[in-house]
Amino acid sequence: MVDFKVSSRGQDQVSIIDVKGYLDAHTAPELENEFNKLIEKEQFKVVVNFDGLNYISSAGLGVFMAYVETMREHEGDIKFSNLKEDVYNIFDLLGFPVLYEFFDNEEDAIVKFK
Amino acid sequence: MKLKGNIANNELMIRSSTDHLSDVREFITSSWASYGYDAKEGIKVALSVDEACTNIIKHAYHNVADGTIKIKVDSKKNKFIVRITDKGSHFDPNQVPDPDIAGRQKKRKGGGLGMFLMKKLMDEVQYKDKGKTNELILVKYLN
Repeated sequence: MVDFKVSSRGQDQVSIIDVKGYLDAHTAPELENEFNKLIEKEQFKVVVNFDGLNYISSAGLGVFMAYVETMREHEGDIKFSNLKEDVYNIFDLLGFPVLYEFFDNEEDAIVKFK
Repeated sequence: MKLKGNIANNELMIRSSTDHLSDVREFITSSWASYGYDAKEGIKVALSVDEACTNIIKHAYHNVADGTIKIKVDSKKNKFIVRITDKGSHFDPNQVPDPDIAGRQKKRKGGGLGMFLMKKLMDEVQYKDKGKTNELILVKYLN
């Protein structure tokens, strides 16, 4: 059973990646593909909107670790918004809030790029 | 393809493919619920078992899907115990160092977080080299 959906859209020169369902070692490559597509298009300012994401394992977190440096090198970043409490707790357990910015809603994250 | 799986005898057998991680999580959360324990804690146990199986698929079976992983659950004396057995290469997750996330990011690498998460979420993580098989025992204390 594959229950994960990823897509991206643009707003004010910021790309928003929407993730939904279950992000684990099986579905993480789909998220990698989405980042590769953005890099190809030289879009380095990214907000990941987690509204609709029910579950994340370390394989999902690893995707952000693998791509964030490339984004930051090109004056961009990966910022996170709309996380459910259970999902945020996993980021928190691993110390991600020191390394990434988290926002309650997508608009606040987009504004930080301006 | 699920080889066999039967909640009634508290055991699930899967092929060594990430295709089955969702089956593993469902098996753990249903078993946990069948004992009447708090669902929020059950999700943490399911995540730990997901991480353990992901490690086994990657490091014991080297991402080849022809191996098997057996997961057996039991609960007694205020403990929920998950025994995970595989026949792949020996891999002791306790030997994995705690991750340096900032350092790995600089090298554009993910990974190395699974064991750390397991240790944070479970009360005991034991590895046993049993000759032809590996056994990983994850224990959650119940209050």
